[in-house]
Amino acid sequence: MPRHGQDHPAERSIWQKLHIDLPLLLGILSLMSLGLFIVYSAGGQNIDIVIRQAVRLGIALVVMLFIAQIPPLVYRKWAVAVFIIGLLMLVAVLLFGHVGKGAQRWLDLGFMKFQPSEIMKLVVPIMIAWFISQDNLPVKISTVVWAFILVLMPTLLIAKQPDLGTSLLIASSGIFVIFLAGASWKLIMVCAAMASAFAPILWIFLMKDYQKQRVMTFLNPEQDPLGSGYHIIQSKIAIGSGGFQGKGYLQGTQSQLEFLPERHTDFIFSVFSEEFGLIGVGVLLSVYLFIVMRGLWIAINAQHAFTKLLGGSITLTFFVYVFVNIGMVSGLLPVVGVPLPLVSYGGTSMVTLLAGFGMLMAVGTHRRLHV
Amino acid sequence: MAPRRVLIRNHTAEANLFARRTFIAFIGVLVLLLVLFTNVYNLQVNSFEKYQTRSNANRIKLLPVAPNRGLIYDRNGVLLADNKPVYSLAVIPEDVQDLKNSISEVSQLLQISQDRQDKFFKAVKRKRRFKQVELYPRLSEHQVAVFSVNQHKYPGIFVDARLKRYYPFSDLTTHSLGYVARINRKDINKLELEGKSENYAATHGIGKLGIEKYYEDILHGRIGHQEVEINSQGRIIRTLDYTPPISGKDLTLTLDIELQMIAKRALSGKRGAVVAMDPRTGGILAMYSNPSYDGNLFVHGISSKDYKKLLNSKNLPLINRSVQGYPPASTVKPFLALTGLEEKVITEHSKIPDPGWYQLEGLPNKYRDWKNGGHGWVDLNRAIEQSCNIYFFDLAFKLGITKISTMMERFGFGDYTGIDIHEESKAIMPSVGWKRARYNQPWYTGETLSVGIGQSFWTVTPLQLTQALTTLVNRGERKVPHFLKATAEVSSSNSNHNNTHVQRHYEEQAPLKLNQAKNWDIVLNAMHRTVQKVDATGHAAFKGTTYDAAGKTGSAQVARIKQDEKYDAQATQERKRDNAMFIAFAPFKQPEIVVAVAIENVAKGGGGTNAGPVARQIMDQYFGSRVITSSIDNNVKSDHRLSAHQAHHQATPSLQQNNGAD
Repeated sequence: MPRHGQDHPAERSIWQKLHIDLPLLLGILSLMSLGLFIVYSAGGQNIDIVIRQAVRLGIALVVMLFIAQIPPLVYRKWAVAVFIIGLLMLVAVLLFGHVGKGAQRWLDLGFMKFQPSEIMKLVVPIMIAWFISQDNLPVKISTVVWAFILVLMPTLLIAKQPDLGTSLLIASSGIFVIFLAGASWKLIMVCAAMASAFAPILWIFLMKDYQKQRVMTFLNPEQDPLGSGYHIIQSKIAIGSGGFQGKGYLQGTQSQLEFLPERHTDFIFSVFSEEFGLIGVGVLLSVYLFIVMRGLWIAINAQHAFTKLLGGSITLTFFVYVFVNIGMVSGLLPVVGVPLPLVSYGGTSMVTLLAGFGMLMAVGTHRRLHV
Repeated sequence: MAPRRVLIRNHTAEANLFARRTFIAFIGVLVLLLVLFTNVYNLQVNSFEKYQTRSNANRIKLLPVAPNRGLIYDRNGVLLADNKPVYSLAVIPEDVQDLKNSISEVSQLLQISQDRQDKFFKAVKRKRRFKQVELYPRLSEHQVAVFSVNQHKYPGIFVDARLKRYYPFSDLTTHSLGYVARINRKDINKLELEGKSENYAATHGIGKLGIEKYYEDILHGRIGHQEVEINSQGRIIRTLDYTPPISGKDLTLTLDIELQMIAKRALSGKRGAVVAMDPRTGGILAMYSNPSYDGNLFVHGISSKDYKKLLNSKNLPLINRSVQGYPPASTVKPFLALTGLEEKVITEHSKIPDPGWYQLEGLPNKYRDWKNGGHGWVDLNRAIEQSCNIYFFDLAFKLGITKISTMMERFGFGDYTGIDIHEESKAIMPSVGWKRARYNQPWYTGETLSVGIGQSFWTVTPLQLTQALTTLVNRGERKVPHFLKATAEVSSSNSNHNNTHVQRHYEEQAPLKLNQAKNWDIVLNAMHRTVQKVDATGHAAFKGTTYDAAGKTGSAQVARIKQDEKYDAQATQERKRDNAMFIAFAPFKQPEIVVAVAIENVAKGGGGTNAGPVARQIMDQYFGSRVITSSIDNNVKSDHRLSAHQAHHQATPSLQQNNGAD
């Protein structure tokens, strides 16, 4: 195999030796620290919550740095095995999983409980990238069909749990790989048509009543202002009343007087926009844009089809988080329970997210696929 | 890694393709970001005034108000579970001008320790604005009085009252009532799953065990709402509307607290359980398991030290022994005799010789009788009166395990009785299929013999014994054991005690039918003799009662005794000593009460001397001064061949009164 970009150890900076992408790290850290401030405000100025979140962030950062040390070759080697184990665990969850909050997501291993769907968020893009990079790009139609089937399996298993938010993220992570691998536009159109045909099937057979309720509420929130539409209305009031400048830190009445639901988790963006206004929103979106740009830059400069596809998919999936969360709290999308990445309070998905960034840094800093 | 096939890759073309696609994706990202930003711009700039107005008008909040929990009474109207106000000292720091000074003054006034004050200041740092913080939990009445006099000096500090469950009889009722304790994470998940979480928005405690748990839905009631207007700082200005909560319904149980007291006294210093039931209804009159514990400890949140003490106690106070399995020993002999009669392998008068041991042909094992030298020729009556093992080894051998287990299952052994608490165990009714499923082993004939004397794998709960005995004394009519007698239609907490009670109706279970109805009488008469005949095993405990009782003793072997080894209670370790069992009912002619007693590891004697007196004390209390004589006494003593038919007609019990029917 020919090598691009030969290694010149003397040219490598200290950051590269540590397998850290500095711009990416700075972007992540700035969002995290912003997140801690908003969690303090949204959580009723409870310092305990902030400390707990800080500890989680620390753990997630360590995971990220650890993953970044592993050459991408290693993921590629284990892709199939881990994918199959992941699928089996998803089946196990459905058969004897732990029911929490009306959905089966947890698998109890005796010493710990964990969500196999979280692992699949990372494994699916690796698997699809491995599968497609076996062959030359652009991908052939037959490869695309197989890749779709591979994506669909975990997606449906997770949707059945039911966890619509995660299945959406996993489906998009796989589809991004297929898109970036150069699937023909014709094919993309056909798939889009099929997906819209699939929607009624999803509605009738797969979606639970509460999920349908959410979609109905999304379509017409004012219909039931004290019932399920309440969350969206209160969230829009919070964002709108923030205005251009915002009400000021700790001054948002919607959140401080507890009109907003799930203030420090899914609806943290509403707290932020109420207190920091359009200026704050502009800054926040810019930081997200910066991280996406940096991620795509790393992917373009990667040395091999596998790492390119993987890096691109991780970055774009990260953006899906941002889009779905902000879209849902501002009334553009139905409420599906996706946190605002790096800002929302919460543990499991934060670790997975940073593990993804760790892989992205590995793609950027391990110069060769073969070490 | 060696590639499986050699690919000729055009890396430049691939990189270009990828870069193109990435660029398209990036454009997509920009467009979507723009959509988000435009939408937020719309909300924050174009619709700013609309949302600002709505935000300012957002002054009305719906506050949940918890309902009062229904009270629980015993059958005579004695209050068993009460709601008592608990007073705590609470502070809203934002309302206190000089927090440090005020707290130290109040602390001095009420003698609040420095420790509590430190804890308070810590909590203040972590609370939401304008939320109250507890300074002192559970104020005494004196403290409440002292503070009330001085309250005007300390705005922002006040006494907060909240109703909490209180069990006036503490450990006497815990195993049946259970208790209410703080709603935890697991409860919340369960409530959410069942769609009940909204109804619990203001509730602090939930039934965790026993009746409190089983009837949680009836006891809890419906949440109320208070619509309030708040000011810009979130404080309540006035109440706009009030939907009062609906209190939970009061429960009246079949339990008799005086019988509970007697049960506790009779079992004091022992490990064991008593269950007393009304065979006419299935209503539980008494259920007590010793040792017990105070359910009130859990209401206020038990300290981990106290909890560990309960959990690690050798005597296992947390376990409700009345619904746990014990080897039934000889108490099941009447049921086995009935099976023998019904299957026609014995008759009332058929006899077998008892030399003191029993041996299966071709096998070396000798099965011993409890009496050295045996009982001589034994028929059914003598076998039950004397609790002769040899007779029942022979009977069990002739029946075989399948006929035995089939009949015993019809009496309810090895299954839930259906009582209205969740803690019940099924215990074990062994059968060929059970042993295959449990141990993957075939059934051995030797085990059938042990089943014949209520040993081997067989376990029954004292509750199951009362249920089976009820079926026996009712001649096949089965009853579901239960605590709940009636619910109050209107809770006493709402109106002043003019509540109408709604009787609970329990479904009749399919009766157990025999081919020959007189078999019931044969067995019941034998149990009567067991208590009434002078030399019978159950006689001593019931000597001189004013009512006419019948029953059966039992001594269960806990440790295995080797072949030809003799059991000696004194020499055996305490935990390996025999258990004493007793079942009894009275009056013989028209039974009003059945009792089952189990006592673990007794030092000396068996069921007759240890458990019998406990059953007697319960019955003495139940019948009080009532005199229920039966002419059968003399007949039994003179002629124990008296036929059941005769007895039935000769006996004319003089029932004075009929209290306690539910």
